[in-house]
Order: sequence, then structure tokens, then C-alpha cells
Amino acid sequence: MQYLNDPDLLMKLLSQLAGGMLTSLSIFFSTLLFSLPLGLVVALGRMSRRKWVSVPVSFFILIMRGTPLMLQLFTVYFFLPRLVGPIPRLQSTMIAFSLNYAAYFAEIYRGGIMSIDRGQYEAAQVLGFTRSQTFLQIVLPQTVKRVLLPVSNEVITLVKDTSLATAIAVGELFLVAKNATSASGSVEPLFIAGLFYLAMNTVVTFFFHWLTRRFEYYRG
Amino acid sequence: MLEAKHIAKAFGGERVLRDVSLRVDQGQVVAIIGRSGSGKSTLLRCLNHLETVDAGEIRIDGRPMVTTGPGGTPVYAPKAELRALCLKMGFVFQNYNLFPHMTVMRNLCQAQERVLRRPKAEAAERATALLAQVGLSDKAGQYPCQLSGGQQQRVAIARALALDPEILCFDEPTSALDPQLTQEVLGVIRDLAREKRTMIVVTHEMRFAREVADTVVFMQEGVIRAVGTPDEVMGDHRSEELSVFMGLLGDD
Ligand SMILES: Nc1ncnc2c1ncn2[C@@H]1O[C@H](COP(=O)(O)OP(=O)(O)OP(=O)(O)O)[C@@H](O)[C@H]1O
Ligand SMILES: [Mg+2]
Repeated sequence: MQYLNDPDLLMKLLSQLAGGMLTSLSIFFSTLLFSLPLGLVVALGRMSRRKWVSVPVSFFILIMRGTPLMLQLFTVYFFLPRLVGPIPRLQSTMIAFSLNYAAYFAEIYRGGIMSIDRGQYEAAQVLGFTRSQTFLQIVLPQTVKRVLLPVSNEVITLVKDTSLATAIAVGELFLVAKNATSASGSVEPLFIAGLFYLAMNTVVTFFFHWLTRRFEYYRG
Repeated sequence: MLEAKHIAKAFGGERVLRDVSLRVDQGQVVAIIGRSGSGKSTLLRCLNHLETVDAGEIRIDGRPMVTTGPGGTPVYAPKAELRALCLKMGFVFQNYNLFPHMTVMRNLCQAQERVLRRPKAEAAERATALLAQVGLSDKAGQYPCQLSGGQQQRVAIARALALDPEILCFDEPTSALDPQLTQEVLGVIRDLAREKRTMIVVTHEMRFAREVADTVVFMQEGVIRAVGTPDEVMGDHRSEELSVFMGLLGDD
């Protein structure tokens, strides 16, 4: 109980962890910023009727979902710089995470889009909507509601997955806690970090509750 | 106004329409009747380009929607013309297919604004008038899931009318409804018939067909077996085959 019995030490640890959490949050938000829209592009590619689009995109999804995220992180960190020049650790993490999560979101979106009744497309067609109007004005808005729950699952997983960045020594929450544990020999920092993750996911959970309620104005 | 000639359509070897020809004139109400699986919906869907034909020709106001090409294969009009022609047709589905995420008002305005490019105020005015016509003025702000089936179908009819189609097509508009709600919807269609709107109605409601239609088309196994006035097709002098069918449908 060396941290819990010593307020000064505890305060110091908490501020270190808070700094780590900011880095974790920057990974979290930038991953969402890129992967949520990128997932839609990937989903559309996957559903394309053109084989030369859908086949490579399917392959991309298979790789991203079929191999460990940590391995993907290593690949981006160690091999991508050979092609495009040096990339800082944090940015490597963001790239790897964005690609990985885009693949997951794409499959969620695809499921949502395919769950929209054919009658909606037919109604849109007889009313004269073009294909893109049909997608943007009729299919996509209904898809948002249907994918909310699976998307929230992924977002919660993402909060915890940011800890994988420890593997390439990005100074995020988990690494800070691990270092404090190594230095002090106490596991308290790791458990306190656990509470930080829990707090973040509590916020995420409430956010999605709120969002779900906002879509309750219609059934379907 | 609408002319379909020698329409053929098969689904994976099953010939659902074989050499169907149909003519609909201005102000005419055509009822299509026939047993389940006889191809009524498929015919109506071909006329609205919800299905593509395997052979045959369709003309609307003399403008070809699909014609027979050199190899005997059907050739559809270019995309823009096809869209323009399809807009001359309205379609009311058996299960309404309203847009669930839009209010009743939005359901009626969206296509007016985005497809016909009508100014918002004008679209809203038209929508309000149509809602009054189908007796749903108080439902403008509701979502489809808040309405009964009969109300949803009346909204669907108003939504189709909002684009001022020349021909309105109904595919069994009441078969998902109980008798009372059926009467609500049939009442609206009856009013439209009185206004001399051109309509094609696929229906199992024999009494209604008899009362409203100028022409009754009886289909069986993908062909039109009889065309004529309700009396000719459904009256006492109908053929034995028709009699048997009418009997099955519980006609009086
Ligand atoms: N998309 C499709 N794919 C395969 N078969 C189809 C398809 N649509 C219709 N059919 C078949 O075509 C035949 C005619 O169907 P259609 O829906 O036109 O009949 P209908 O006269 O409207 O019947 P009902 O009164 O039951 O609505 C049926 O045997 C049906 O199984
Ligand atoms: Mg049918």
C-alpha cells in the first residue's frame, strides 16, 4: 500500500497517469476520427459489384481482422518508414489502429446497410431518387440507428486496445503505469490505471446510451 | 397512355409472364385479378421498371420505355428518359414502404424537393392538401410507426400522388389490412377513381374491382385469360373457367 498510504506519492502517480491518459485519448480520438469514415468507404468497396474493387477490399478486411493488432502495429512502425520515411511512434499507432478499426467498422456498416429492407430501395426508385440520393437520404440514416450497438462495442474495445501501443513504447496510460510498477515494485499503479480505463469506458457507455435514445423517435 | 406488348418475364426458368399485352387509356381504372402466383405483381413491377422484362415493349404516352432491339432482346430507354418515364407512374406497395426515419410530412415532401426540385413551401402546401384529401391532416408530424396500417397506406398513396403521376399503380394495397382498415384505403382509391385518375390496381377485393374498375384483367399462369368490363369478366356470362376462379375467391 505504498501509494495509497502516501498522499504525495499518490498525487505524483496520478498526475503521471493523467498525462499518459491524454496520450491514450489522443490515440482513441484520432483512431475514431479516421476509422469511422474510412470504414464506410471500405464497406462500400466491399459491397461493390466490381470484382477488382471488392476482392482486394475483402482481402484487406481479412488481413486486418485475421491478424493480431499488435503485429499490425509492429508492421506499421518498423516497415512503413522504409517506404515513406520516418514516422513517429504515436503516428504509427494511429495509422495501424485506424486501418484495423476501419475494417471492423466496415463489416458492421455492411451488416447494417444489408439489413435495410429492399422495399426501401424500391420505394425510393419509384419516387425517382437516384442511387446516390437513395443511399444518402434513405439507407444511410436508417443504418446509423442499426449499427449503434455494435459500433459502441468496438469503441469500448478501442479504449482498452490503446494499451497495445505500449509494445512500441508510446508513453500512454498503460506504459506509464507499467513503468511506475517496475520502479516501485508495487502493482498499485496498474490497478489504478485499470480504474482510469473503466472511467473512460463509463463515459463512452453513457454517451452511447444518450445517442441511442436520440434515435428512439422511430422504430425500425 | 400506357401500352405494353408481348411482355415476357422468367425467374430462373420459371416463366412468370408469357406474352402479356395490356393497354391503359386516360382516366381508365384497370383492375388486375387472378390467383396467387399468376404474375400480377410481376406485371405491375415490369411496368414500373422494378423488374426488367425479358422480351416485349412498353410505351408511356407513346414514348418507348423498352423496345425490341435487333436481336429480339429488349432495349431500355437511356437512363434519363427512363427516369422521366418512370416518374409518370406512381406505385403503392402492399406493405407501404414508407421511410420510417421521416415524419409523414417529410415522406411526402422529400421526393418533391429532391427529385422534382419543388420549392419547400410549394412542396409543403401540396403535401398538406394531399394529407387532407386522404383524411390525415392531423398526422403530418407523426412517424410511420405511430400510424395504423390503413393510415400508413393512405400516407403512401399521398406520397405517390405528390409527384403528380399520370398513372397510379397499386399492388394489393389492402391485403395487409383488416376489413375495417381495408375500407379506409379502398375509400381513398374510390375517390381517386371518381376524379378520373388513371389507375392500375392489383387486388383480391372482387366487390371493389367490380364497382370501381372500367376494365378487369384476369390473369392465370402468366397470361391474360380475359379482359373486359367487370360484367364481361365477372358477370353472369363469364366463361366456366372464370366462374371456377371467381368461386374460389368467394365472389357473390
Ligand atoms: N424476385 C423473384 N424471384 C424469383 N421468383 C419470383 C420473384 N418474384 C416473383 N417470383 C415468382 O413468380 C411467380 C409470380 O409471382 P407474382 O408475385 O407476380 O404473383 P402474384 O400474381 O402477384 O401473386 P400474389 O397474388 O400472391 O401476390 C410466383 O411463382 C413467384 O414465386
Ligand atoms: Mg402479388
